[in-house]
Amino acid sequence: MAIKQTFHNIVRGTFLFIFVSGMSLFAQNEDCLECHSDDSMTYERNGKEMSLFIHADKFAESIHGELECVECHVDFDPAEEPHREGTNIYKVDCSNCHDVEAYKESVHFQKGLNCADCHSSHEIKETSELKKNIEQFCITCHKNANVKNFTKSVHFAKLKEGETSPTCLDCHNGSTHQIQPAKFSENELHDICRTCHKVPVANFENSLHGKALSKQKVMAPNCITCHNSHDIRSGKDQSSKTYVMNIPKLCGNCHKDGTDVSTLKNIDQRHILENYSESIHGEGLLKKGLIVSAVCTSCHFSHSILPHEDINSSINRKNIANTCMQCHQQIEKVHQQVINGELWEKNPNSIPVCIDCHQPHQVRRVFYEQDYTNDYCMTCHKDQNLSKVVNGEKVSLYVNIDDHNNSAHKEKTCINCHSNVSTARKPVCINSGKVDCSTCHAGQVDDFNLSTHGIKLAAGDKHAPECIDCHGKHNILKKDNTAAPTFARNIPNLCGKCHKADGRAEKASSTPEGSIVENYKMSIHGKGLLESGLMVTATCVDCHTAHKELPASDLMSSVNQHNVANTCAKCHLGILEKFNKSIHSPLVTKTDKELPGCRDCHKSHTIERTDLDDFRQGIYTQCGRCHEEVTATYFETFHGKVSKLGSVKTAKCYDCHGSHDILPTYMPESKLSRENVVETCKTCHPQSNKKFVGYLTHATHHDKDKYPFLYYTFWGMTILLLSTFTFFGLHTLLWLPRALAEKKKHNKQKKQIAARKEGTDDSGE
Amino acid sequence: MTQENNTQENLKYTDALGNTISGSEENEKDIHVRRFDTYTRVMHIMIITSFLTLSVTGMIIKFSGVGVFQFLSDILGGYKVTGFLHRFAAIITFGYFALHTGSLFKKKKDGHTFKYMFTGENTMVPRKQDAIEFYQTIKWFLGLGPRPEYGRWTYWEKFDYFAVFWGVMVIGFSGLLLWFPAFFTSLGLPGEVINVATIIHSDEALLATGFIFTVHFFNTHFRPDKFPMDTVIFTGSMSLEEFKEDRPRQYKILKESGELENYFVAAPKKGLLRASRIFGTVALLIGLTTVLMIIYSMLFLYQ
Repeated sequence: MAIKQTFHNIVRGTFLFIFVSGMSLFAQNEDCLECHSDDSMTYERNGKEMSLFIHADKFAESIHGELECVECHVDFDPAEEPHREGTNIYKVDCSNCHDVEAYKESVHFQKGLNCADCHSSHEIKETSELKKNIEQFCITCHKNANVKNFTKSVHFAKLKEGETSPTCLDCHNGSTHQIQPAKFSENELHDICRTCHKVPVANFENSLHGKALSKQKVMAPNCITCHNSHDIRSGKDQSSKTYVMNIPKLCGNCHKDGTDVSTLKNIDQRHILENYSESIHGEGLLKKGLIVSAVCTSCHFSHSILPHEDINSSINRKNIANTCMQCHQQIEKVHQQVINGELWEKNPNSIPVCIDCHQPHQVRRVFYEQDYTNDYCMTCHKDQNLSKVVNGEKVSLYVNIDDHNNSAHKEKTCINCHSNVSTARKPVCINSGKVDCSTCHAGQVDDFNLSTHGIKLAAGDKHAPECIDCHGKHNILKKDNTAAPTFARNIPNLCGKCHKADGRAEKASSTPEGSIVENYKMSIHGKGLLESGLMVTATCVDCHTAHKELPASDLMSSVNQHNVANTCAKCHLGILEKFNKSIHSPLVTKTDKELPGCRDCHKSHTIERTDLDDFRQGIYTQCGRCHEEVTATYFETFHGKVSKLGSVKTAKCYDCHGSHDILPTYMPESKLSRENVVETCKTCHPQSNKKFVGYLTHATHHDKDKYPFLYYTFWGMTILLLSTFTFFGLHTLLWLPRALAEKKKHNKQKKQIAARKEGTDDSGE
Repeated sequence: MTQENNTQENLKYTDALGNTISGSEENEKDIHVRRFDTYTRVMHIMIITSFLTLSVTGMIIKFSGVGVFQFLSDILGGYKVTGFLHRFAAIITFGYFALHTGSLFKKKKDGHTFKYMFTGENTMVPRKQDAIEFYQTIKWFLGLGPRPEYGRWTYWEKFDYFAVFWGVMVIGFSGLLLWFPAFFTSLGLPGEVINVATIIHSDEALLATGFIFTVHFFNTHFRPDKFPMDTVIFTGSMSLEEFKEDRPRQYKILKESGELENYFVAAPKKGLLRASRIFGTVALLIGLTTVLMIIYSMLFLYQ
């Protein structure tokens, strides 16, 4: 019976299996292709006719060739014809098998492209197949000229030759599925280029351009500006922007007159392109087609462009000869013939560099040939009445050559500074513009340009000082000359010329410290300089720097809260070393609160000797500014009370706690630690002992929790006082009216007696 | 009417020193009764000068944050001078305290028994009679009885005496602690005791100063029957008339025992009287000014 039952079960199961298999057999690929191999089979979606043809052979070759249709087209219902009503019939979800999360971040996904758009739906190939020709593949869609020109680029050419070279993917985020639009942050762009072009990118980053870029200046160029993004060509390619013939145009894009960039440059060079095209180099290149002629990048270099003030710059005075000699190898010999050693004989200290004679950008003109000597200039400028009119004001052009001959520049000739003279003009010096001190004093001018003075000058503030306002013009003297306005002893008066009440300087009269220079003269620094004659004393420029003065609020300022300690330490190094170990130092205390710096206890312009009355009596404004409560309680105890009466010698905060080396009392190194406190008190109390130091120097009888015995003593005494006064107050109040009444009565009696006596006396007479 | 008119009616007395004193019985103003001996008068001058100095220089440091006291300190020559004056006056105080204590023993030597000194009619120590007089005084104040018949020392005078006695000890010892903190702590006293001593010294001094310059001044000088001042502590004597009114019980006892005449002295010389008045006025003014400055400072500090 049981066997029979089992048999039935098996038979039933077999039928079921055959039935189910039959159903799936119905959905086999052949069944699908029966219809879909018809290449005329179409359907309409959203009004568009779409093919439903599937190439059976290509499908079989694809990597999905061994899959059944229904493995991708799930939810397939064969009974329906067409297989399902509505839209999106059998939309295949690749994510059933493939991880597509990363793709969702790509720009392609955001634009609505799906897997099939790149991989095709039924002819999917190995990824490597697709990647092999990725650049060709991308331009099937990206047809804009910019991208298409990638096929003309040096990168593409190299790819063709099978060399390593970047493909689309290398720049566009590296992955086929996470492609991003080319909005690189500058660092990313550099990093991409840097993978192959290490040296140029490094040079660029150190260059004027690179630094401007890292400061996010809008006008700063990046790799793409000169090299294009897709159509990157070799500099040897004549159609390249960086081909030697095209360089002046490329640089000129920004550096020609009238561009935003041209208004930025702080070098006194105008008409750069124009001058270049007229120069011997420009003429050679542009008129004679000599591609060996020097172009912008020959002198400035292409990637490591630096301002001429920079000591590493190819056009720095120190390097310019080497730069020129890239081409002009034998130039020294030539020049020996031309100069005949004459200049060295005349001006032994003034060994010229190329640009002294051959003006940059105009290298045809040679001054010495024209014999522009000082005597030549003085033929006109010795005339005391020589003048010109600027903005309606008469400006004297008289030059006292004696001033010059005694000055620090006595070895220089006029045209060393007044370099923009031109034979084309009559007189040669007309409109030669202002002297650019940075030609020689590049570092100082660079600093100056960053300073408040420089910024205001650049902004056209007529009150802002320029080099000559402090240094003088033709009579310029070195700062170690006692007669120089920049000699240390003369500095306060020099700065005070503008920084006084009603002075030229904007802030002079509104400064919270009042008259700066007057205050300085009363300060320990000022007295040291002017009274004690100490030349090591700090003057204005020692704290504020000579050229890079900035307001204290500026983070770059030498007197900024964060920098002032280091500025003071230029002289007071020992103090800074102590301070750096103290609790007030940011190196020791990490806090959001503001820590005190030098200036908070020692004033800036009114800085005083710390052993003088005024300083020592100022602890309320020094320590008390932050430690309010503890300073208040100090004044409740003997030390504080005597201090208030004007005692200077009585212990102040720093006499016990230390000043620059201050530490919290719980630290063993503190002057008030258990180990050190007896010794500290001995400074004033030679008999100090372990019990003696138990005296509470900050005690208050108002704090019940901290000092209960003082609190109760005080209130005990107060009650005694109040009760005594209450008792005797009442006693007096009661006594007074009674005694007054008695006195009145008494006086009345006296009067009566007196009157009676008078009466008897009168009757007696 | 002149004094000469009454010369026939003058009475003659011989005082304890054998000097003849004459005065009119009718005008008892001319006869003076000795209240304080020279020793006591000199001592009180010591107390006045040292106490005024101590209170002024002490308040300067107690209220060192107040402008008037800082000004005062500057006038006196700065905190160093005031500090010196304070300590110098302290030495005087210790001096008179020692002298007075010594004099008590001398009295004993001179024949007074301690029993008499502590319980006798003229004792400084409060006794039952003082409580009775206090009760009578309050009744008198309220108009419920006559003025009590006060003896040699009234209860408020006894309070004054012991207030000084107690004050000198407390302020004196706490002051020594503050003067020589290193010495006292080296004996084993904790440093915090100096803080406690500061409070006690300062507040006890405030009590003493406040009490003397208001209560003592009123009780002794400004009460209407003595106003503007009682010079007896400087001249040593008061008129018989005043004596009778002010100390009726003492007068009675002396009269009955016949000793009254032993206390008769000549009226103080004009020069002495004038000097007393000037000295008293100055002292009173200093005291009153000080107490006003204290009140001002307390209002200023604890507003």
